[in-house]
Amino acid sequence: MSHPVAESAPLRAPLEIEFDYTRSLGPVLSQFMAALAERRILGARGADGRVHAPPFEYDPVSAEPPGDLVPVGPEGTVVSWSWMPEPLAGQPLAKPFAWALIRLDGADTTMLHAVDAGSAAAMRTGLRVRPRWAERPAGSIRDITCFEPCDGPAGAAPEGEPREVTPGMTITPVRLHYMHTASPGETAYLRGLAEGRILGQRCGVCGQVYVPPRGTCPADGVPTSEEVELPESGTVTTFCIVNVGYPGQKVTPPYVAAAVLLDGADIAFQHLVLGCNPAAARMGMRVRAVWGESGSISHFTPTGEPDADYESYARCL
Amino acid sequence: MSSEVAVVAFAQSPCRVREDATTSGVEMLVPIFAEVFGATGLTRSDIGFWCSGSSDYLAGRAFSFVSAVDAIGAVPPTMESHVEMDAAWALYEAWAKVLTGEAEIALAYGFGKSSGAELRRVLALQLDPYLLAPLWPDSVSVAALQARLGLEAGRWTEKDMAEVAARSRAAARSNPDAQVSGAVAAAELLERPYLAEPLRAHDCAPVGDGAAVVIIASAARARELCERPAWISGFAHQVDSGSLGARDLLSVPSAAGAARAAGAGSVELAPLEVAELHAPFSHQELLLREALGLGDGVAVNPSGGALCGNPMFAAGLARIGLAARAVMSGRAGRALGHATSGPALQQNLVCVLSGEAS
Repeated sequence: MSHPVAESAPLRAPLEIEFDYTRSLGPVLSQFMAALAERRILGARGADGRVHAPPFEYDPVSAEPPGDLVPVGPEGTVVSWSWMPEPLAGQPLAKPFAWALIRLDGADTTMLHAVDAGSAAAMRTGLRVRPRWAERPAGSIRDITCFEPCDGPAGAAPEGEPREVTPGMTITPVRLHYMHTASPGETAYLRGLAEGRILGQRCGVCGQVYVPPRGTCPADGVPTSEEVELPESGTVTTFCIVNVGYPGQKVTPPYVAAAVLLDGADIAFQHLVLGCNPAAARMGMRVRAVWGESGSISHFTPTGEPDADYESYARCL
Repeated sequence: MSSEVAVVAFAQSPCRVREDATTSGVEMLVPIFAEVFGATGLTRSDIGFWCSGSSDYLAGRAFSFVSAVDAIGAVPPTMESHVEMDAAWALYEAWAKVLTGEAEIALAYGFGKSSGAELRRVLALQLDPYLLAPLWPDSVSVAALQARLGLEAGRWTEKDMAEVAARSRAAARSNPDAQVSGAVAAAELLERPYLAEPLRAHDCAPVGDGAAVVIIASAARARELCERPAWISGFAHQVDSGSLGARDLLSVPSAAGAARAAGAGSVELAPLEVAELHAPFSHQELLLREALGLGDGVAVNPSGGALCGNPMFAAGLARIGLAARAVMSGRAGRALGHATSGPALQQNLVCVLSGEAS
């Protein structure tokens, strides 16, 4: 059963990506971050005599590691600034603030950080600023919450004990937001699943059937032009047995992740094969789709039919 | 030796906000591949090397460039590579492939869908991952720090910056691929509010989606593919320190160095007539003109430049393509394309193109 690809608006949905980078630090930044956790700021003297704060791992002129680090600041002077009227997620302050290049006392280079100035009118180049320390330092550049004008009222000095600091490591949480757009082929595929149908697309040049649809034929570089409805049955071309657990895992290991070639398709796709002892999984095993509740294929399960001939799927390995 | 390779075709997709487009770039790439193949008579099997520029952070998924490979038709396998930066650097890799004789004809392409992401925030992840990225300094704010340094040092005024924007928008009226264009006086622009003081919206490139493609060929093939190839007489890129606070943000040593290495100022050659500069912020055009030593005789950004359309990972390649088009069309004897990457003009690439093979 086939018909021309229908035109419909692509599906769109918000996509949130979250992950923590746990980064190992070099010997110099390890000292720098450890000092921040003690509410001190260190710089490094370069071969040209300039003091870099933050410090470098390797001298930009001589490529040598620095000698002993030197204390700088904690007060400093604004060298340049810009105003952030609507702070973005993750930035140091949630209320309007200034970004500033700050030359700490005793340093020759600048540090980029936020200044809690209250208003753009209160900001100026040359403003004297001091760090506002985080309540509970963690060995990160965020141990400085922000800087604040020296002529403003001083808040109470934070007394909080450091969080558990792993020497030589710093953790940076990353959270990104997107509005993801599915391709027209993916849109047709997802709408088909919601109706309990599996839709692929055929290339008008080579005749290959791709499921899920790719939109463009990888062999010919032309848009796939014809929609094809595929059956729920197929063949395991190859597989692996997952024995390793990971956070968020929905099936208890061991289980089978397989490449399934639907009957009539020319490309296999990866899915779970459940409902059999993993040790019984094999190439050529016949399987059929088991539908989930929300318009999607939950997994595949063995049909009990005789195995497919190797030649019938060898071209898809 | 370097004149043995020439640009023979260029195409770009219109820079627009495209809600219907995926981050794989395929929808934007297929039509422009057809355009360059149509112009040269080449087919995909003639391409000896493909190289793309794009970003997973912008796409929001790992190995996002692999989906774009469908658009090039990579079955059976082709020689293919990718850079996680503007495709101007992909063109550099392609140029090296042709120079070394590994390919006769190579194709570089770049694509980016910025409208699906918070571009200025995503770009914080290109910064130092220990000292800067954890603070999420966005790209507009970092550029604003550079702009203020120049303002307070007397290097330019907000009016100078607005005049760059007004001139760019006027030029873009004849560029159908531009996202922003129109006749507007600098004085009118200066009445508008700040976006990130001292930058106003007109000082910043618009956020848009797009793609670009360039085909290069060896001397043996270039003349049969293009009536007037744009010969690459020099091609170089350099990078400044990743430590933002240690850089002198009012000089662009890597741009000046790349221009020198590419022979942009060579007195033995015809003068440059056109320069397409990748300056996503108005003051950066002023910095680049000086760093590249461009005199008043050079038409800068006749396309409207990146201020009128800055498709991420394609805009730098498009600058080279537009400079090449000026040569291929006979409008210029010698032209320069420039691309930038990183915060506040950290990394810079210069490609010099000539109508005469040397």
